[in-house]
Amino acid sequence: MTTPAMQPQAPTKAKPAVQKEDAMWLQKELINRNYHELATAHQAGRKVSATFVPGNLNELLMCFDFARSLPETNALQNGMRKKSGKMIMDAERDGHSEDVCTYVKADLGMMLQGEVGPTGDPLPRPDVLLLSYTGCFTFMKWFELVRQKYDCETVMLHVPYQGDGKISPSMRDYVVKQLKEKVIPTLERISGVKFDIDRLRQYMRESVKAEEDLVWTLQSAKNRPSPIDGYFGAVYYIGPIFTAFRGTPEATQYYRVLRSEIEQRVREKKGPITPEGELAEEKYRLVVEGPPNWTSFRDFWKMFYEEGAVIVASTYAKVGGVYDFGFRHDAERPLESLAEYCLGCYTNLNFPQRIDMICKYIDQYQADGLLINSIKSCNSFSAGQLLILREVEKRTGKPAAFIESDLVDPRYFSAANIKNRLESYFQMIKQKRAAALH
Amino acid sequence: MSLKDVVGRCEALFEDLNFNAVKQWKAAAPGRKAIGYMPIYVPRELVHAAGMLPVGIFGGGDQIEVIQGDAYYQSYICRIPRSTIELGLTGRLDCLDGMLFPSICDVIRNLSGMWQIMFKDKYVRYVDVPQNYDDSIGGDFYVHEMQQIREDLAKLRGKPITDDELRASIAVYNENRKAVEELYAYRAQKPWQAPTSEVYLVLRAGLVLPPEEHTPLVREYLASAQAEKRPQRDNARVVLTGSFCEQPPLSLIKSIEMAGCYIVDDDFVLVTRWLREPVPSTGEPLEALAKAFLHHSVQSSPKYDEKKEDKGKFLLHQYKTRGAEGVIFAAPSFCDPALLERPMLQEVLAKQKIPYTAFKYAENTGQMAPIREQAGTFADSIKLWSAA
Repeated sequence: MTTPAMQPQAPTKAKPAVQKEDAMWLQKELINRNYHELATAHQAGRKVSATFVPGNLNELLMCFDFARSLPETNALQNGMRKKSGKMIMDAERDGHSEDVCTYVKADLGMMLQGEVGPTGDPLPRPDVLLLSYTGCFTFMKWFELVRQKYDCETVMLHVPYQGDGKISPSMRDYVVKQLKEKVIPTLERISGVKFDIDRLRQYMRESVKAEEDLVWTLQSAKNRPSPIDGYFGAVYYIGPIFTAFRGTPEATQYYRVLRSEIEQRVREKKGPITPEGELAEEKYRLVVEGPPNWTSFRDFWKMFYEEGAVIVASTYAKVGGVYDFGFRHDAERPLESLAEYCLGCYTNLNFPQRIDMICKYIDQYQADGLLINSIKSCNSFSAGQLLILREVEKRTGKPAAFIESDLVDPRYFSAANIKNRLESYFQMIKQKRAAALH
Repeated sequence: MSLKDVVGRCEALFEDLNFNAVKQWKAAAPGRKAIGYMPIYVPRELVHAAGMLPVGIFGGGDQIEVIQGDAYYQSYICRIPRSTIELGLTGRLDCLDGMLFPSICDVIRNLSGMWQIMFKDKYVRYVDVPQNYDDSIGGDFYVHEMQQIREDLAKLRGKPITDDELRASIAVYNENRKAVEELYAYRAQKPWQAPTSEVYLVLRAGLVLPPEEHTPLVREYLASAQAEKRPQRDNARVVLTGSFCEQPPLSLIKSIEMAGCYIVDDDFVLVTRWLREPVPSTGEPLEALAKAFLHHSVQSSPKYDEKKEDKGKFLLHQYKTRGAEGVIFAAPSFCDPALLERPMLQEVLAKQKIPYTAFKYAENTGQMAPIREQAGTFADSIKLWSAA
């Protein structure tokens, strides 16, 4: 076997300045341990893979004993640790355009700075880049750029876009054929490990357990008050399942712990935990579309909880897999199921599907409105979001608002502008409520 | 027609953002339909085989004031989707019965869904193309994609599209590609006789004319250009790359030429040259189109390069076969495919010691002085290096 032997540990007992749920500490430990594992992988004789969060085939990669790196996660971790700004500028000095994705530039900048990961551990050069081209054009160029620099082997998995809002048999067959004839043989050759479909099935069965508990957790926000924040809190919750842990017992354990914590909060009618403690009063319930800003993550979050605003659902929490409308990994048809997982990731959905999903969230989670955080770097999310705003307002009658920031480029986070807009938005919601009473 | 008349006609078609040529074509026979498509490539043969007119929608250029379109996009999104929406919302595209949105980038991909919502009475289709180039994998998928479009168009016209109709259309477009290649070969040979500011207009005419009309027009231009005596200058011969989607304003092309550059190859309006070999017009037509795409299509940023060694091969081929002396990277602002690709291509060129320069534009860029200066300096430096 071969899955990294990581035993779940008891949550850290130290009293931190910043308040987090126990599950959040556990999640942090998992992520940090993965970085350590990556740092020592080559010494331990293990091969290293890199792949993306949307369309992340973690169960499959584990079948070949790869240590698993996710460059988007590296970039966002560097963003949260205030390291990404210089990396981006270094990449721009190296010839990369100021117009393109800052995840890419943070990754390339990190390489230029000597390949040290966010936790300070060295990040090894990947032995294989699994280019899961799912819902984002930039992924393709990103790994071509990395390949150009490191000359590492790259295997493409082209996941067709749901232009018609559905997965056709031809689309699924195309992905399955690529898995069978391209991806699996390449991973076998590089790792030297023979593919065992029963091993894949076993991981997928494990995935389902975590998926069930994740969905339960995210849907707990339907309660009033919501016991979680479905955006700022959810980025922690999705960490293990969207990255190197889906299909592991550690992930199952993490989501069990998380669920039991949230169940307790529901019973006690408590609001979400914020970095400054429990939210005392839930004044606004919002749905958010778009990724968060990472460089000023806490400041950004604070603008919400200070006003009593809770995000009850977010599309970003579905970027590495949409599970809340019924999809689960299916061990009985493993490759088909992996294909459907990739095809169903949020940014692979077409516009009418995305709008339908947001409208459903507003209805099912009894939200006061929609907030779009439009990210400069991410055309996959951002191009056309102003139409989403109009359509959602038209269909739900709920007010929507629009702010702009970036993923990991600190130059594109204007706290004063965002705060002003949010305050106006909260006022608008209040007025709408008052008008509804008369 | 004289050279002036041919160029004048092409320019009039290029400037007509009301698409009167399309309206006239439709009015000439009852029941005719027109289908729009965006860059970079769609198999126009399918539309043609349905008896419909494929119409290239390449943004609004610098002649349209974008008012409504801007309300749909943030400042950091390129200009082509906003001017395309402007064209749609101002009724200029009412003459189209449908739109095809090719797989080129996330912006155009998302625009396909926006179009579904904004123009509900029109046929809208996102055209996915394979990034896997095996016949039995990507080829099968692409045949299915084309078959779906074929069925959609058949439904729109009320009867199936036969294999014979498809084969006939393949032959028509083979002839068109041949004529365009002749034009490109001639320009590379004598760029002073066929300046790019004219060649570009001739290509653009092919976006609104049926191929049966465009092919003779290309040849007419070629014959008239050959007959004209024009002065040869000591210009630098350059390949221009990165302009495969949002097109630069015509004045930008003219500025580069005026600054001392002969453009001997480019990636403007690539749909006319996407397939580099004639497509067999016998046998199974969709398979023939799929194989042409997989094995004989242009290498461009929206396509995946399977191997590191493949990167820049096509650009080097353009540079060498057209006798170029340098490369100009001209990309639209905020164009992910072109701008992400650029450093990789530059590295390939640097290894070969091929000089290059780079700038960005928008389809409505108005200030040409900086571009003229940069292109002029580049041309001068090439001439100085060659002399040394």
